[in-house]
Parts: sequence; C-alpha cells; structure tokens
Amino acid sequence: MKIILEKELFDIKTYITNGGYNAIKKALTMTPQSVIDEVKKSNLRGRGGAGFPTGLKWSFIPKDKSQKYVVCNSDESEPGTFKDREIIHKNPHSIIEGMIIAGYAIGATKGYIYIRGEFVREARIIEKTIYEAKESGYLGKNILNSGFDFDITVVRGAGAYICGEETALLESIEGKQGKPRIKPPFPATKGLFSSPTVINNVETLAAVPYIMIMGGEKYSRIGKEKSSGTKLFSVSGPVNKPGVYEIELGLSFKDFLENYLMGMKDGVKLKAVIVGGSSVPVITADEAMKVNLDYESLSQAGTMLGSGGMIIIGDDQCMVEALYILARFYHHESCGQCTPCREGTGWIYKLLSEILSGKCKEKDIDLLYEIAENMMGRTICPLADALSMPVMSFVKKFRNEFDKHIEGSCEICQR
Amino acid sequence: MLGEKFKKNYKSIVEKFEKKESALISLLYEIQKENNYISDGDISELSSLIDMPYSRIKSVLTFYTMFNQKKTGKYHIQVCRNLSCSMSGARNIINFIKENLKINEHEVSDDGLFSYTTVECLGACGSSPVVMINDTYYENMDEKKLRELIDKLRKE
Repeated sequence: MKIILEKELFDIKTYITNGGYNAIKKALTMTPQSVIDEVKKSNLRGRGGAGFPTGLKWSFIPKDKSQKYVVCNSDESEPGTFKDREIIHKNPHSIIEGMIIAGYAIGATKGYIYIRGEFVREARIIEKTIYEAKESGYLGKNILNSGFDFDITVVRGAGAYICGEETALLESIEGKQGKPRIKPPFPATKGLFSSPTVINNVETLAAVPYIMIMGGEKYSRIGKEKSSGTKLFSVSGPVNKPGVYEIELGLSFKDFLENYLMGMKDGVKLKAVIVGGSSVPVITADEAMKVNLDYESLSQAGTMLGSGGMIIIGDDQCMVEALYILARFYHHESCGQCTPCREGTGWIYKLLSEILSGKCKEKDIDLLYEIAENMMGRTICPLADALSMPVMSFVKKFRNEFDKHIEGSCEICQR
Repeated sequence: MLGEKFKKNYKSIVEKFEKKESALISLLYEIQKENNYISDGDISELSSLIDMPYSRIKSVLTFYTMFNQKKTGKYHIQVCRNLSCSMSGARNIINFIKENLKINEHEVSDDGLFSYTTVECLGACGSSPVVMINDTYYENMDEKKLRELIDKLRKE
C-alpha cells in the first residue's frame, strides 16, 4: 500500500486535482488541539530515525501566544538513506501542507526547511513548491481567510552530517557550527532562536495531510499495532531493483527482498543487512530472513528501523572493509565537542585501517569492541552510538572475517 | 576580494531571512559562486559588510565541507566513497579520475578545468556510484559515462 508515493504529484495543479490542500482546509475548521489529537490517534512515529510519536512531540509545545517554529529536517545524510529526496521529487507539496498543518496545530507562524547543501536541485524544487503554494493562497498571510498566517524559509546546509541531529540543525539555521546542544532544555521549550520548536522529518510531515484526510483512527489501522502506517525504505546494494519503496509496516523482509527488490543480483549471495541506515546494528542473512519490517520485530532482532535506509551486503563484500568505510565516515563527521566521540571514532578508524591491512594482533579486535562499548551513551548526541552499534554488531556477528584479516587470509579483499 | 555583484546583492540575500545570522551560509555560497573559493580577505570584507566577527564567519566556513578555501577547477568533481557507492565501484571512478585528469585529491588540472575530492554519502545510494560535478548529480556512473562527460565538459 502506498500513500505518499502513490502518484507523482509534482506541481500544484496535479496535487490539488488529487485532493491536495484539502487537509489544511479540514484542519482549519478544527481546533489546534483536535488536530494534535488526530495525529496522536494515527500512531504516526517520526520517520527520520528515532521513531518518536509525532502527536506527542507536538503536544509538548507550550500553549501560549509566544513565537514558535516548525522545522522540517531535510538534511538527509545517513549513509544508505535517500527517501526524502524521492518525496521532494515526487510529492513536494505534501511536505509543505504537512508543515502548514503542524504550524496551525502548535500555533507557529513560521517554518523552516533545512536541506542538505548537496541537494541543490531539490532546494530549487522546494523553493518552486513554496512559490506555488503562496500564489494559491495556502502560504502567507491569512491562509484561506482563516486568519492563520504561516510562511516558510529554506535554509541550505553546507556538508555536515551532524546537522541532521535536531539541535545541531537549529544551530546551523542560526548560522553557527552544527554542534548539538545539551538537552534539556528540549527544542519543544527552547529551540530555534530560543523559542519552542517542533522538528520533524520530511517523510513524517508528508504523511500528515493524508492522516488528516483519512482520519487518525483509519491510518493507525494500516500496518501493525505499534507500527502504524506506511514507511519508505531506500534500498541500495547488490539487489536487482534498488530504489525507494513505500510499504505497509510489518511486511516480512523475505517478501520484500523477493517480490519488491526482485532478489539478489546473479552470483551474489545475501550476507548481511543494515536495515535502517548505517547507524543501526547489522543483522546476518539468517536473521534478516526472519524479521518483519516494523519497529517491534526489528527491535526484537536487536536492530532498528531507523531511517529505512537499507543497505544490502552480499558475500562479495568484506565486512571489515565495510566497517572501515563506516568508521571513516563517522570519524569525519564527528563535530568534536565530546571526547568519547572525537577520540573514539578516530581510534576505531585507525584500528580498522590496521586490521584491514593485517598489521594487528587478535587482542586488537577486542580493543575495538571495548572502545565502541565505552563510547555508547556517553556523549551529547547519538553520533558516537551511531558508530558503536555497527562496530559491536559487526565484531559479534562477523568475528571470523576480522580473524582472517589478522591472519592475512581474507579471500574477499585479498589483503 | 568580494566582487561588485556580491556587494550589490548581499543585502537582498540577508533580507530573505528573519535573522541576519541565518543568511551566513547563503552569503558564503554566493561568494564561492563568484570567486570559486573563499579567501581570508573575503571573510574580512564580509565581516565588516554584515557586521559579524571574523572569527564567527571563519568558524562556520571551516566547519562545513562544501566551502572551499583553495581554488578548485572550473568543474569540481565530488566522488562519493561511502558504503553503497564503494560496493558498486567508487574506487574505479576515483582511479579513473586520477589517471585521466592526472590530478590527486584537492589538486587542479593544468588547464584549470578539473579538480576532485572524495566525499561521504551524497544521499542517492540507490543509483550508486554517484558523482557530483559543481551543482549536478550524475548517478549510476561508470568509467565510460564519466569519460564521455569529461570530454563534453572539456569542449564547453
């Protein structure tokens, strides 16, 4: 079942012909509180990675007359994740409409879309979408004669993964280095320019108009009990049909691989899957064949749904090299303010380079694991955890490949 | 030195934002577009134009990887080398660039046309390997496509 990507609704005309902007019309006839209640009923959970209930997040915003903000996180940078880009290409108005509804619900008159710097074309699409919405009276002053004002500004990032962390993102909009803030205070009380702020992912906001139209209750019945709705999975790796898929939560991985991705490429056998973006623990092929793609099933399997950035790893890829590539990434992207992350990601990267070239002893594999364990949960933001989790799971599940590198007998990378 | 065009336009960029600070990244992009890279002199001038400390601008400039503090080629190639691109042949792309353009990372080719750098995930993993040249993504790249593209850019 598809909701957000059911049809290509690139311009405002096709969006409106297909029922677009009816959701904001409906929302404006309701009280802000009942809009929040509707989203709560839908069980929609944040689609950026953390999976926090969206309605609950909105309800934390103080109900006073002060300045508030809605921020759309479009800093899609987690390796393996490219789903928000697809929404921007195929259904950009749903993001704008979702933001207007969020603004009405929390009492914000101002929204920001923070988009990663490399997405130049996508930033242009968003600017055009905003322009179209303004021309038609859905954005700006006194929207549809309701007395509600809402406007959106686009801010481009400039190449920093860390800015996808919500408080780093706020720092970046404020024209600073993207260094995560210590919480509390949470953005709901002290966010952008010290005002209460809701930060939602592109996919989360794009689902909101559809929830308003079909009703929260109905949306909550799609998928599984605690994993309501549809989710976008962006799939890369040696499968026959990589790409972005919107599926009902709860689909089995086996079904997804065989009937959507059309199986593995000829001659490659499935070895491992990173289900939800490079930060989540890796699972083996056997484990993958038993999981369903929803929050609970994946958490029982010791991993996470995350962003839905699924990286399929075949038996032609060395796991030590794969982890080395991820470690290089996290080391490069660490903002450097917390010692365990700044130093830890560096140590792990260096150790892995040594292991990869066979210059290490067996005890160094244990050291690698120990460093990861000691980084976990000891920093301001989850970037350290985001490397710890892959390191610990790769070492636990594919220890034999690390051992082979120590012996100098890896058949895959022949090092 | 900031260009005349920038000095004429910077106010309209600042005005697009609710607060001046939010315009900083956009202003830096604009300077880079005109000057190819951002020099210390540019920062000093910008600092007095928008009344923001030099150190503040420099700290932002050096934090974000898309700002160049050194001259790049007319066509600046960014090659993704993260996991998905690596599994689908990013190394071949990098080797091809090195051999054919006779440059190492961060170097500019003798004719001033090309420079390259490896980057982390560009967010288009389903059509990897991905290469970005200036503002444009080129997906599902291989050596043949890259050779044709480079030949085309040379003639422009």
